[in-house]
Amino acid sequence: MEGRAGTPGAPRTENRALRTMVPITTLHYLVVAAALFVLGVIGVLTRRNVVIVLMSIELILNAVNLNLVAFSRMWGNLHGQVFAIFITVDAAAEAAVGLGILISFFRNKETINVDEIDLLKW
Amino acid sequence: MNPGMSAGLNSAIDAGMAPVGTPWFFYVLAGLAVASGVAVITRRNAVHSALALIVTLLAVAGLYLMLYAPFVAGVQIIVYAGGIMVLFLFVIMLVNIDRSSKERQFNRIWPVGLLAACALLALFVSAIAKGKALFPDRMMTLPESSNTQQIATMLYGEAGKMGQYTFAFEIASLLLLVAILGAVIMTKKKI
Repeated sequence: MEGRAGTPGAPRTENRALRTMVPITTLHYLVVAAALFVLGVIGVLTRRNVVIVLMSIELILNAVNLNLVAFSRMWGNLHGQVFAIFITVDAAAEAAVGLGILISFFRNKETINVDEIDLLKW
Repeated sequence: MNPGMSAGLNSAIDAGMAPVGTPWFFYVLAGLAVASGVAVITRRNAVHSALALIVTLLAVAGLYLMLYAPFVAGVQIIVYAGGIMVLFLFVIMLVNIDRSSKERQFNRIWPVGLLAACALLALFVSAIAKGKALFPDRMMTLPESSNTQQIATMLYGEAGKMGQYTFAFEIASLLLLVAILGAVIMTKKKI
């Protein structure tokens, strides 16, 4: 698994192409995590439905977890995985409290749109 | 991943030969995660978003398996896909989705939000492009069969000694207790 084997576009046989495909490195996982993070940020900043905003936050937390686990493999120790578990705990707490707030808000104002939540505004 | 298969994988890596199918698995799982992530933030119906989010979570759990983290993958499936998503679906069914799915889906300042997200994306792209050389190409092979045991040792300690993360673990349980109390008090009609 050393280095990036093969250059794209070089002529090669089918079998060779399979064997010298670019190995998956930490960078690949970072790119996926960055994509998930940006998707989550777009969801938080543009959607009106509070439930979907909370789901986008879960997307962001998952992107962070993916980064931590990828780095855990890169360094060859388990601290990143333990931290990922702590972040999962955090996500559970955040979802429970957030959805609790949402339910009590819906009971008061009959709406779940973020831009109509302005009880604290004056 | 069964032990025989991972042993075969490790011996293939030791022999200096990259496992043939693995990049394809990665690309399929990553594509699935990102595609259903797009579905999460674009669907009109919140239930469809929740189902797409479950697909994303399962794909990310598959990526954890590829990163030699079977315990985190299990936690991901049980806690996220099993616990948190059920909570989400319950709340979606409690609040009125018929009305909100007929309304405007994006808020008035969505161009600003999209611009900010694009700026963040540009930041990530430049950080990854510039820092590419910092990441070593090597990927460690973590022991997979003792993964859960090692994590337990770090969380709980061993032989009467506190582990490295025991205190943080107890604080996390306190956090969950506070969250339970908060959720219950918040949703009660009269306290």
